[in-house]
Parts: sequence; C-alpha cells; structure tokens
Amino acid sequence: MNSKSKSATKMARPSRRAFSAGLGAVGFAAGIAPFNIVRAQGAPLKVGVLLPRSGYQAGIGQDCQRGVDLAAGVLKDLGMPSLQIMNGDTETSVEVARSRAEKLIGEGAQVLVGAFDSGQSTAIAQVAEQKGIPYIINIAAAPPITEQGYKFVFRNFTTAGMILGGAFANQKEVFALTGAAPKTVVFMHVNDTFGTAMQKGIGAVMPKFDLPYKIVETIAYDPAARDLSVEVAKAKASGADALMMVSRLNDAILITRELIKQRWSPMAIMSMGPGWYEDQYLKTLGKMSDDPISFAPWYDPNKALSKQLEAALAKSAPGVNLNTNHVYTFEALLIAADAYKRAGTADPKTLAEAIRKTHIINNTTTGPGIMFNEKGQNDKLQISAIQNRGGKLTVLAPKAAANGKPVWPLTPYNKRA
Amino acid sequence: MIARLIEGVSRRALVVMAALLVLLLAAPLFASDYLLTVLILILYFAYIGQAWNIMMGFAGQLSLGHALYVGLGAYTAAALYVHFGIGPWLGLLVAIPVAALAGAFIGFLAFRFKVGGVYFAILTIAVAEFARVGFDHLAWTNGSSGLFLPVAQYAHNDLWLLRGHPAMFYYILLAATVLAFIFCRALLQSRIGYFWLAIREDEEAARSVGIDAFRYKMIAVVISAGMTSFAGVIYAFYYNNLFPEQVFHISRSIEIILGPIVGGIGTLFGPILGAFVLTGLAEILTGALNTLGVDLPGAKQVFYGICLLLVIMALPDGIWPWLKRRLGLAEREP
Amino acid sequence: MPFDVYLNVAVGGVLTGLVYGLMALGLSVIFGVVRIVNFAHGEMMTIAMYIAIVLFSALHLDPLIMMIPIAVVMFAFGYALQAGVINPFITRPEHSQFLLLVAIAIIIVNVLLILFGPDAQSVQTSYAYDSYQIGKLIVDANKAYAALAALVVTAALYVFFQYTTLGTAIRACADNYTGALVVGLDVKHLYALTFGLGAACVGAAGVMLVLIVDVTPSLGPTYTLLAFIIVITGGLGSMPGALIGGVLIGLTEAMAGLVFTPSAKSMFSFAILVLVLLFRPQGIMGKRAT
Repeated sequence: MNSKSKSATKMARPSRRAFSAGLGAVGFAAGIAPFNIVRAQGAPLKVGVLLPRSGYQAGIGQDCQRGVDLAAGVLKDLGMPSLQIMNGDTETSVEVARSRAEKLIGEGAQVLVGAFDSGQSTAIAQVAEQKGIPYIINIAAAPPITEQGYKFVFRNFTTAGMILGGAFANQKEVFALTGAAPKTVVFMHVNDTFGTAMQKGIGAVMPKFDLPYKIVETIAYDPAARDLSVEVAKAKASGADALMMVSRLNDAILITRELIKQRWSPMAIMSMGPGWYEDQYLKTLGKMSDDPISFAPWYDPNKALSKQLEAALAKSAPGVNLNTNHVYTFEALLIAADAYKRAGTADPKTLAEAIRKTHIINNTTTGPGIMFNEKGQNDKLQISAIQNRGGKLTVLAPKAAANGKPVWPLTPYNKRA
Repeated sequence: MIARLIEGVSRRALVVMAALLVLLLAAPLFASDYLLTVLILILYFAYIGQAWNIMMGFAGQLSLGHALYVGLGAYTAAALYVHFGIGPWLGLLVAIPVAALAGAFIGFLAFRFKVGGVYFAILTIAVAEFARVGFDHLAWTNGSSGLFLPVAQYAHNDLWLLRGHPAMFYYILLAATVLAFIFCRALLQSRIGYFWLAIREDEEAARSVGIDAFRYKMIAVVISAGMTSFAGVIYAFYYNNLFPEQVFHISRSIEIILGPIVGGIGTLFGPILGAFVLTGLAEILTGALNTLGVDLPGAKQVFYGICLLLVIMALPDGIWPWLKRRLGLAEREP
Repeated sequence: MPFDVYLNVAVGGVLTGLVYGLMALGLSVIFGVVRIVNFAHGEMMTIAMYIAIVLFSALHLDPLIMMIPIAVVMFAFGYALQAGVINPFITRPEHSQFLLLVAIAIIIVNVLLILFGPDAQSVQTSYAYDSYQIGKLIVDANKAYAALAALVVTAALYVFFQYTTLGTAIRACADNYTGALVVGLDVKHLYALTFGLGAACVGAAGVMLVLIVDVTPSLGPTYTLLAFIIVITGGLGSMPGALIGGVLIGLTEAMAGLVFTPSAKSMFSFAILVLVLLFRPQGIMGKRAT
C-alpha cells in the first residue's frame, strides 16, 4: 500500500536523469548539425586551418601558424578576396585530426588547409573527400596521399621522391660551383616516417643521377633518442668524407654538438630534411651553426612575392627567418583565395575544379609556380640548396633562385672562435 | 538463458538500458557528422575498455600495454589486406589468434614466474614498447613509414571490405560494445567469473581451495587480448593508415585504461560510462575553451588532468558505482 | 671498427648510465619505502630541468652549482605532493595510484608546455662543447661532470640512509610498516620526507642531464620508463643497485647501438627488463623476499 505508491513515484523521477546522465547531454545537444549555407560571392571564404598546435609537433604547428598570420595582409595587397580563418588543433593525433576536420566542416568551413603531418593529413583527406570539401595540403611528404584517386585533395608540397630527386640535382649543381665533391658519404637518418621514406627512396633515385660519391654506411637512429653520441661515433668511424642527414631540429643540434665534442669536422654536412636550417638551430649554436647545406623545399628569394613576405614577417616577427613552414602554409591560403576569386562561388565542387586549374606563377616557392596534375599534386615544385651563413640562409641552387656562392669545405669546428 | 542474464537486475535498470540502446541505435539519423565521429570514438574506447576490464576488473591483472593487442590486430588485418587482398573479416580470423598468442606469451611469462602487481604492469609496458620499436623496423609492414590501406569510396557501404560511410563503423562498434557487454555479464555469472572473483580477492586462499589460478588468469588474458584485437582491425580499416609510433605508443595504452578506471573497474557498465564521460569531457573542454577565445595549446589537457585528479580523489571506485546508487539502479540485494 | 671507437662509446655509456642511475635512485627510494608507483617521475625531473634552464638564461648560474638549490626546491615540491595529494592513495589499489599519478603527469607536462612552449631548450654553458682527449680516448666533458656529480650525490644519500637516525627510521618504515608505527615513528611525515628525497634525487639528476640533453615538456615519459627499468634491473631498495642498473642499461644501450642499428637500441633495455623480471625479479642487488 504505502510502499507501492512510494516506489511508483520514485520510478518516475530517475528515468529522465538517467537519460541525460548517460549521454553527456551537453555534448550531444551541441552536435546537432547546423545548416551549411553556401555563401554568395563577396563574403569571406571560410578556411579551416588544421595544424598540430599541441602535442610534440606543437612547435612546428605554431611555426606554420606564422604563415597563416602573414596571409591576411599580403593577400589583401594582392587583391585577393578575404579569408575567414577557422583554427583547428590536431593535437598531433590522427584521431583528433579527423574529428576536428569533421567539426570544422560542420561549422561551415568551405576549404580545409593543413596539417604538416602525413598521418594526420591522410585522416583529414579521407574526411574531405567523403564530404566533398576541398582540402589543400600545406606540408606532408608521404607519397600515398595523392595516389588514392581523390578528387578533392590537393597537395602543394614535394613528395619524398621529389625531395630526393631535387636534392640530388642540386647537389650536382653545388659540386659544379665548388669544383669539389666528397668521394664517400655516411648517411644518417631518423627512423620515422619521413626518414625511412627518404632512406628507401635513395636506393631507387640515386642511380639516376650519377653522383660522384658512394654511401659507405647508413645509420638509423630512434626519434626519441636524447643522446646521439653513439650514432655520431659510428658515423665518424666509417671514415667517410661527408655526412648526409635526414633529421629533425633537436637531433640536428645534438648531432652538431657531438661532432664538436668528438672532434670530427666532415668535408660537408648535407641535410635532406628539416632542422639544420631552422632558427632555433642557428640561434642555439651561434657560430657553430655555419656551413651545413640543406636541400629542402624552400622559397625563391628572387621572386617579388617572396620579398613581400620577408618584409611582412620582419614586421610581425622580427628576428625570425622566412622558412618552409611559413611559405608553404601561406601558399595553401593563396591557392584557396585565388581559386575562390576565379570560381566566384564557395560551392565545393566548383571550388575544387577551380583549384585544379590553378596557375599561379607569381608565387613564392621555388619552381615554375603552382599548378596541379590530375592527381592533385603539384609535381613542378623544386628543391633549393640553402647554406647557413651567420644566422641567415643563403640559397646556392637552383641557379635561377640562388643568391649566393657556397662555402666549401665546412669550416672545421675547432677553427671557429 | 536471457532470464539468467537479467537475474537480479532491477526493472528500472533494464528500462534505462533499453532506452539507451534505442537512442544509440537512432543516433546516426540525427547526429551531425562531427558528433558521429565522436560517438565512434566513444564506442571504440567503450569496447576496448570492456575487454581490458576482463583482465583487470575481473582477474585483477593490471595491463598497461594493451595497445599491443590493438596494434597486432590492426597490423595483421591491414597487412593481409594490403599484401594479399584478404578482407578484414577473414583477417580477423588471423588477427585474433595472433593477439591471443601475444597475451598468452605475456601471461605465461608473468604467471609462471610469479610476476604480479606493479611488476606485471611494467612487463606489459615493456612488451608493448618492444613491439613498437620492433614494428618500426619490420619491412613487411613498411616499418616507420607507415602502412597505408588503399582507400576506395564512400558512396556505398561495403561491409565485407569495411569500406564506406562512418555510420557503418558506428553500428559495427555499437554491436561489438553491446555484445561485449552481454558476454562480460555471462562470464561474470559463470563458474569462471566466480573463480576470477576468488583469485582477485585472495589468490592464495583461492589456490588453497583448489582453483587453478594460473589457468584462469591465462584465460582472462587471452580473452582480453583476443577481444581487443577486433578493435584494432576496425581501427585499421577506419583510419586507413598505421604508424608503429602511434599505434603501439604508451599513451594509447593509457587512453585505453582511463575509461574503465574512471567509470569503475570490475563493474559491467563502468568502461562504457567512462568512455562517454572522458571523450565527452575532452570535447566539451575544447568547445568551452574555443568559445572563451582561449587559444593556449595545452590548456585543455591541463583541465582534463585536473578533472581526472578530482574524479579519482573523490570517487576512488569510479563514477558508475556512485552513479548507480544515486540513480537507484543498484541491484537488489539477495 | 677500431678498438678506440668501442672504448669511447663504452665510456660514454657508463657515464650517462651513472646519471640515469641517480634518476632511478629517486624512484627506488620512493617505491622502496612509500610503495607508490610514481608514474610522474620523469615529469618531476622535467620540472627541475626547466628551473635550471630558467635560472641559467636569467642569471647565468651554472647548473652544476644550482644542483643543490634546485634539489631543495624539488624536495619541498615532493614533500608537499606526497603529504597533500598522494598520501590517501598509499593503501589504495595500484590502478588508483597509477591514475592519480598519470593525472598529475598530464597536468605537469601541459603546464610546462603553456609556460615554456614546445621548442627544445638547452643550457649553453661555456664548456658545452668541451671534451678531454687521453690518447685515443675522447671523453665528453659534460658527461664527465654530470657523472661525477651523480656519484657524489649517491654517496651522500648512502651515508644518510645508513648512518643517520632519520635515514634509519625511513628504512625501518620500508622494512616493516607496522613495526615502525609500533615504535612510534611518524610514518606519514617520514613518507612525505622520503618522497621529497626521491624528488630531490630526480631533480638533481635532471639538472645534470640538462648538460647532456635538450629539454622539451614531453621528455618525462621516456625517463619514467627508463627509471623503472633501471630500478627493477638493479634491485628495488638498493642504492648501489640503482647505480649499477643505470650503468648496465647505459652501457648496453650504447654498445647495442654501436654494434646493431641504433634505432633499435631501446629494444635491448626492454629485453633486459623482461629477463630480469623472469629470472631474477629482485634485481641484481636486491634481496630476495623472504
């Protein structure tokens, strides 16, 4: 009697609470899809920029952001339509990259740009292709991304194969300029996606270039290694003339210190990856940072747009050298703005077609300009050879994009004050 | 059999569970794609959490290297597909034994040599790390360059090859989570469940009444490993690229166990609730920080860590036991 | 390869190993006495490293000199952490402790990220590029200083634990918790003291490591794992064991990297760990549980 009615009333109340408690209601409600209106021409293009802003790639992500920050002013000067940037943080994680891409598209992003890392870029590419939203990759070197037959994914960056081919071509130019070349080379690379892709590519690409040197030893090291003394000892013990590297920033600094401590100054340090030309390398090592030559995707200092970017960067971030992260991220936004201008609409299919027809010769990166092949890849991009000189980078090759002559051989470390 | 499964569960609880299930079944119809992605992630962790819970909550063995089984499942199925064109459901038939074998190996080493508690946990970490570095050098799966699955289309759902719309993956993971839930319930009610309870509470005493602790602990590990590898297979075909650095990394293992610990170890619903709460929390924090205009990388993780801290300090047994009491869903005492 | 390469690498491995040993010593002390699995060990070390960097760049104070003051700061941090947050968890199951310390680790790593940014930072001392040459042997000066400091600190700790009343009291807690209570020791205070000491150790080790490696906020987990491997290999609760374990791991990794491929050298450490766990779980110097 009494207990029955008590339990009856008790039953009514908890059920609703159980529903909301079990579902994380706030998140659920917030996720109901908003409308995705295609804006009329004249409105800013909504660009979702996905970069690793936290996690261990955070430094690079934040550097790429500088390219985004440059874009607003410079694009305006070029008469480009304005862009509304929507920032996304991939947190250096493939899963988060994917869900952030979904979120940005859900919030109305009409173009996606990003994401520096091949794994994260692949995840975003899948989402973009599925949703039919154009995705412009700023930096990611893994070849498979543009081999999937995607219609909405575009990459304005060199693949690992292109980097290798370009590097070898540049090396020959540099050897011609200096009149000297190493006979033996020891190749050291970080054992991660990029490093192993380069190492595998060397076997396939090098024979085509008839280079004057042989690789006598290959040393792979753990990306998490904090102490590279063993690796450098091994490299020194190989007796090679020159050191060829694929590493990242921290490793570059560690390796240079070890070279000094272990008293080995190779004839040359040729890097085919990031790190050796980056600001932090130059600042941390001071005089000890001079002379390594890097073969990397870079900008052409002789192009007008490059000079504009350099000036803009000097204002917004004095003391920071214009680098790959900045220019390629900027160009991704340039492509988006240019396509929007030509298409006249933000309709994704039209926009994608407009991007595919991109033909920008007044760009900043090295090469004939920005144009895509049928796979959405810009296969005309070239690699530059840059050398560290007094805290700045001098471009040695290709000739059209050069602004200096090489220093060869490497100034021995113990002869630097 | 169904009667036995729901024995002792209050009618209220059954109604709630049924309602929840209906809601989850209907979710893809009105959820945005972004929310669907989040839900997929939640179900993924809910499923693995339950698998992990068998080893920890039921048999009392703390595994901090569960990413090993996810990775083995993922790589086995992916490699078979990439090299031989073998579909994921067939690949599963190979992936599960591979992972189970790894689990058996760890279990054998540990239990035979009386490695328990913290030492066991560290052993699991070491094996997972060993696999990570090992796969980094394994040419057959492309080492650290990453294994890319050829991506097809999204136009139609190919259930056999697991190519298609995310909603397909959603329903597969939902089915897996529900089946795992039922399976765990059945296990707990069986003889094995009671043996595990005995071993967990006091292994010495359990042995003294004749329970073969070694055997039942091994069974727990093998089941847990095998179940987890299924999630790995789904992971491979959903994300379509695998890198040893990411798949086997210790942070994955930690992600896996956060859900069950926060939700409630040893409980049936704990891992599921934990997955909802944690993933929901992460997304809410991101959204909140966005709205407040805070663009500080790392801020979200700090709040996330603080929330974890508060939960573990205030509710040491996990959220579910507390929530259960508050909602009046607790099982009736016999 | 000529013999001197092996010798150089081996010496480097041993010296680095001594610093690893000091880091592991902190963990051994904490785990051996308080029985807390400190999964935030590496993160605590990172805090000390950043303090050293800040002091160096602001005041140009050499890390070797700052080692003691920073260790004292870390001691206070450790004491507060144990007494304030961790203490209730001593009696709780391992997974709870684990989650607690993981949460603490997440907070530490990301606060450091917010404060210092993700770029690697280092200390550029005047002797950063120095090395000594003795015949064919080239020794990295930084490693030599760091190793020497590690030995000194370990010796000091050993004296503390063996010959002082406080040290003996702490050892008593480790050996027999109930007995210690019975005898009237303030166990909670001693636990906090011990955690503080462990934190001071790992802090000192961190300051020395700053001479050898670069610091990023995400440095912690690698070293936490390394510390566990060393502690288990060397023997829980044994101070010489921690050093020996450290040297063994440092040496093995170095030689394995030289002889095989360096990218796989951590596999050898894990293999050693597995072997130790199976065949000599008390570690090299540990006492077998009676």
